[in-house]
Amino acid sequence: MHPILILVSQRIALGLLLLFAASVLIFAGTMILPGDVAQSILGQSATPEALANLRAELGLNEPPVTRYFNWLFGAMQGDLGVALTNGQDIADALGRRLGNTLFLAFWAAVIAVPLAIFLGLLAVRYRNRWPDKLISGVTLASISIPEFLIGYLLVYFVAVKLGWFSSVAMINDSMSLGDKLSAIALPVAVLVLVVLAHMMRMTRAAILNVMQSAYIETAELKGLSGFNVIFRHAFPNAISPIVNVVMLNLAYLVVGVVVVEVVFVYPGMGQFLVDHVSKRDVPVVQACGLVFAAVYIGLNMVADIVAILSNPRLRHPK
Amino acid sequence: MADPLLTIRNLKIEATAYPPGEPPQDITIVEGVSFALDKGRVMGLIGESGAGKSTIGLSAMAYGRGGVRITGGTVTVNGRDILKLGTREMRKLRGAEVTYVAQSAAAAFNPAKRIMEQVIEATLEHDRASKSEAEARARRLFATLGLPDPDNFGNRYPHQVSGGQLQRAMTALALCPHPDLVIFDEPTTALDVTTQIDVLAAIKDAIRETGVAALYITHDLAVVAQVSDEIMVLKGGQMVEHGSTDHIINTPREEYTRALVSVRSIEHTEKAPSDDPVLRVEHITARYRGTNFDVLHDVNVEVHTGQTLAVVGESGSGKSTLARVITGLLPPSEGQITFADRSLSTALAGRSPEDLREVQMIYQMADVAMNPRQTVGTIIGRPLEFYFGLKGKAKRDRIAELLDAIEMGNGFIDRYPAELSGGQKQRVCIARALAAKPRLIICDEVTSALDPLVADGILKLLLALQKREDVAYLFITHDLATVRAIADSIAVMYQGKVVRYGPKSEVLAPPFDDYTDLLLSSVPEMRLGWLEEVIAHRKMESAGH
Repeated sequence: MHPILILVSQRIALGLLLLFAASVLIFAGTMILPGDVAQSILGQSATPEALANLRAELGLNEPPVTRYFNWLFGAMQGDLGVALTNGQDIADALGRRLGNTLFLAFWAAVIAVPLAIFLGLLAVRYRNRWPDKLISGVTLASISIPEFLIGYLLVYFVAVKLGWFSSVAMINDSMSLGDKLSAIALPVAVLVLVVLAHMMRMTRAAILNVMQSAYIETAELKGLSGFNVIFRHAFPNAISPIVNVVMLNLAYLVVGVVVVEVVFVYPGMGQFLVDHVSKRDVPVVQACGLVFAAVYIGLNMVADIVAILSNPRLRHPK
Repeated sequence: MADPLLTIRNLKIEATAYPPGEPPQDITIVEGVSFALDKGRVMGLIGESGAGKSTIGLSAMAYGRGGVRITGGTVTVNGRDILKLGTREMRKLRGAEVTYVAQSAAAAFNPAKRIMEQVIEATLEHDRASKSEAEARARRLFATLGLPDPDNFGNRYPHQVSGGQLQRAMTALALCPHPDLVIFDEPTTALDVTTQIDVLAAIKDAIRETGVAALYITHDLAVVAQVSDEIMVLKGGQMVEHGSTDHIINTPREEYTRALVSVRSIEHTEKAPSDDPVLRVEHITARYRGTNFDVLHDVNVEVHTGQTLAVVGESGSGKSTLARVITGLLPPSEGQITFADRSLSTALAGRSPEDLREVQMIYQMADVAMNPRQTVGTIIGRPLEFYFGLKGKAKRDRIAELLDAIEMGNGFIDRYPAELSGGQKQRVCIARALAAKPRLIICDEVTSALDPLVADGILKLLLALQKREDVAYLFITHDLATVRAIADSIAVMYQGKVVRYGPKSEVLAPPFDDYTDLLLSSVPEMRLGWLEEVIAHRKMESAGH
């Protein structure tokens, strides 16, 4: 078997194992949360019989291990159960919210990733000169300002003063793509500003590290232009650390956008999770946790696999 | 006569140095160097490290490595002053008119790209040929340079071919654009002697066939004597002597050139082996964890008290692995090690402090074998505390004694490694090993990273110390000249096996086995025409068989 297949399948197996461990943690974590779901559904005035009935109905009397495996097997088949608070199918509601979140994350990533890498290359090309300092300064500032503040600043200036975009990013299925994009323009802008700095700085650092190599000198002595040296010779050898930080930021775009969603009233996963945590709707919280864990682990697994594939020694063994 | 291809007049090159604890200062690296090189001629630039050879070579491409700046003089290539070119013109010069072969091709090739892509890149960049034409050229060069399967060689990645092949591919890379001038910067220094000779012959053939001019930079006079028409000797950034190769080799005028020519003046008569070896290695077979082949196979050698066993072989032959086994860093899968009268545990954890004290090690790279943040005194003092519990004045006195022994003196006690020269660093490492009063010191390529004259000094010092302290050396090296200079007995290693072993006089006397013969005949000799003789001889032999 090709060694790369072995390595990649190892990564995937490890990822699945990790996801399993995460599911145990999520389940155990929600188990030890204080409070009683039946009590919170029925309220303080519920009779003991009603509580007992509800617990039996919800399966809360089963031993935790049984409940865990019931939940896990359900989840593996796409059945995440029903929300305790409103009886809706969780997979259904979650799916829509996840779709919205991914829509937002996708457009933020499409803009942020190429931009970050391009700015990183540019910073290396003009290192320690004014373009480098300007790029570093601006991206550092954008990452240092809290994202809700950037959000409100954009709302104030772009939405309220200039009136270019709506301050509320409500989208629904009947909107055209153009309308949707216009609606999410501001949250996308905020997210781009937040994730840009990390990726750009990592690109810059990773490439600068490679620029010390002897083969960069070879490239320079071939008479290549500065940008070609960086793009053709340095960049391919810096892919692995860059992809790692890109994936971390993509994961952030999916699982860490709660604040931005709240600021722009965007119907995404983050809001969904926060709502249900406050309602103590345990199955929904568990389902959200599992999806977040899967996204995180999945993206990092992709980063690992790309790192393996980008290594010519592994791709083309002797 | 036509104008010379390359003219360098009164070259001055400076750099900024950052001495520790002092403000940065400008230092002059090269000064007052002038020469001219005609089309199709090969000129050797020779000198020790720091002589400015590479710096002068790169100035022909108007390139300064790191913070190096060309601050004076003129460099004319094909009639125009290249120091006055704009960025665009400069790029047309580099990689087209003048090309460069780096010392370590393994580092100079981009690991992420196929060899062919890199070999023809400059040719395409400067529109010197179409893609198919350039690839055809590259394949012809691969064939000229004796690379295996020239038609498909370029499809491989750098890590898929050997160091010697990569060095030849680097030459192809430099010749592909049909340049007027190639700068060879120590192109064979990183190679084994057996590989070096092939690469050298290949380079020489390629130069002759393409009629290109070349600057050949090396510290090895015997090597440059084989390829160049004329030689310039440099020292400390200034020209010492310049003349035809014949003149420099056979009738050098300057004292310094004579020293370079006659280096390795050590006379060492071999001692007869004693009955009780200090170290006996028996039936050692070893492999690295996670691999499934033996790096060492049934190795048997002895080192006698106060004598030197030289272990010689090319890279990958298992020399350094043997050292790791003896020091206990790599437990062998079979075999035993006897030290003096006692059996040594093959695992490091099973050895007593006394066992550890009696076997010390000196490494190839003195630079990385010392903590850069410790002073010389601390470095040498550490084994004194550790093994003998010396403190205060007793320790200081012993350090001073050791510094005397390595001919450096007490003034160095508070210096940091960064303030020492390469030879001085290696001397400090020797003192550190001696501090433990060992009975055996393993020297792993201790002179390989040093200039010939400096290496000579180190070898003399080691011999003197051996006489005084009665310490035995296991001397690992790939350099046969070093072996001749210091060994009492020799073990020749090839692919993990000892192929020849015995007293020096026997090992270095015929009849030879095939490998030892190849090894011995590959060591460059300092006379003109040596390379042709060896190649012709080998061709005749292979035809005869």
